[in-house]
Amino acid sequence: MIRFDHVSIEYEKGKRVLDDISFEIRDGESVGLIGANGAGKSTVMKSLLGLIPHEGSITVDGLEVYKENLSQVRKKLGLVLQNSDNQMFMPTVLEDIMFGLLNYGMSREEAEKKADGILSKLGLEDLKYRHNHKLSGGEKRMAAIATVLAMEPDAVLMDEPTSALDPYNRRIIIDTIRGMNITKIITSHDLDMIMDTCSRVILLSGGRVAADGDADVILRDKELLESKRLELPLSLQTR
Amino acid sequence: MIMTCFVLLYTGMEKIDAAVAELREMDDLAALESPVHSLHPLAKLLTTFIYIFVTVSFDKYDLSGLIVMLVYPVLMFQASGIKMSTCFYKLRIVLPLVCAVGLFNPFFDKAPMLSIGALTVSGGVISMITLMMKGVFSLMASFIFVSTTSLDAICAALRKIHIPSVIVTLLLLTFRYVTVMMEEVSVMTTAYMLRAPGQKGINYKAWGSFLGQLLLRSMDRSEELYSSMLLRGFNGEFSYADVPKGRLADWLFTIAASVLFFVFRYVNVAELLGNIIMRG
Ligand SMILES: Nc1ncnc2c1ncn2[C@@H]1O[C@H](COP(=O)(O)OP(=O)(O)OP(=O)(O)O)[C@@H](O)[C@H]1O
Ligand SMILES: [Mg+2]
Repeated sequence: MIRFDHVSIEYEKGKRVLDDISFEIRDGESVGLIGANGAGKSTVMKSLLGLIPHEGSITVDGLEVYKENLSQVRKKLGLVLQNSDNQMFMPTVLEDIMFGLLNYGMSREEAEKKADGILSKLGLEDLKYRHNHKLSGGEKRMAAIATVLAMEPDAVLMDEPTSALDPYNRRIIIDTIRGMNITKIITSHDLDMIMDTCSRVILLSGGRVAADGDADVILRDKELLESKRLELPLSLQTR
Repeated sequence: MIMTCFVLLYTGMEKIDAAVAELREMDDLAALESPVHSLHPLAKLLTTFIYIFVTVSFDKYDLSGLIVMLVYPVLMFQASGIKMSTCFYKLRIVLPLVCAVGLFNPFFDKAPMLSIGALTVSGGVISMITLMMKGVFSLMASFIFVSTTSLDAICAALRKIHIPSVIVTLLLLTFRYVTVMMEEVSVMTTAYMLRAPGQKGINYKAWGSFLGQLLLRSMDRSEELYSSMLLRGFNGEFSYADVPKGRLADWLFTIAASVLFFVFRYVNVAELLGNIIMRG
């Protein structure tokens, strides 16, 4: 279970990016985190992994997110960064996927087998030996997702997973997300994708939770969405 | 580092992209296959060390003895399938610097050394040439090592001989992050050029803000890269590809090569050959 209890965050003194936020995410829930640019979505995700200092209390399975617990917390959570360029640092895709597995003590053979498994699940066998710096934006994104899923985290956080993807890969990611029986937190401006993958939505605005509830209800609330600089999902728009 | 930035700024973006590509090509070279590539990294590292040590130790007037040392890099290039021109091309910036080191010797050491017909060559000229050769040979040998061994294997070998993990990790990360920074330069120059068409290089007035931006951006990126390493359980120690145990052949190579180097060092092979031919 993930819990935010009166959490506030400021990057610069006096400018609160998150302002006294509280919510709870139960095991196995799939939550869409939505909001306009700069609403604080990425900040929520990073703070959950202890990458940004916070006030208040964030807990993961009862573990307070702070220095002593970080390695345990991070083992439970997998984060797909908004910018995949910053996620991949080994020369090839295979080595990048294996990096985390090896750090957690897996043998090379096991790790490579696992990497093969995740690559074929995502239909990325071709990328295995490719050099990271020679991948297209979308390929890089897919590979970054593979590196995180290979770790088999208890919960996965995806920051804009579909933003660079073509419709085909977008569909693969949606299907993969739907197929995973773990806790999922997904941010996106692709509200159709959120509708396809999430049962609950948290809407952030001005550093606060503006709405929190059933995806079906919130994503159909035209007035609410538009007041927060968003729009109805395309599939619900009628003209 | 700062120097690199200035050089990069001045050269413009195509060159930066090319430089990034070139750095990364070293990975490609190391991924080739050949007897040299498959030698144990530690055996190669040791041989390279010994080679450089012996080469540098030649007397500064021992031109004919030193020349023979060229045999090792030449053979290694042959065996590895890497063209010697690649080496000189990649080292084109360093080579002149290495060669420049001995440039003043002829002015200080004017004592005549040997005469060919009417031409007298001074000791300074000889020592200049040997100094240049020592530099170039050592570079060639190092290049062979670096280009036939993956960065991972190099680091693993260094760890094997108990170089502290901090230093090895630093080496690895420096290499990885230098390319990150150069990519950042490339992106920024592209952005600049698109809005300043027809301008050659970046106007010096913009250098300050450009460098500042570059620093911040590289720092941000490195920080995020570093966090994503932490997120995947990085604890300061890379798990390098297992370096297989050295085969007998690997160590025989090192021993044979070293013996050869010392023979070259203490027996003047060029002279010996000359004598044999003259007599025969
Ligand atoms: N490193 C930083 N230093 C200072 N301010 C920052 C930093 N990172 C983000 N911010 C600010 O925090 C606010 C929230 O940023 P965040 O990245 O969480 O937004 P987001 O909801 O993910 O937006 P987007 O949809 O554009 O990804 C923004 O106003 C941003 O300017
Ligand atoms: Mg964001």
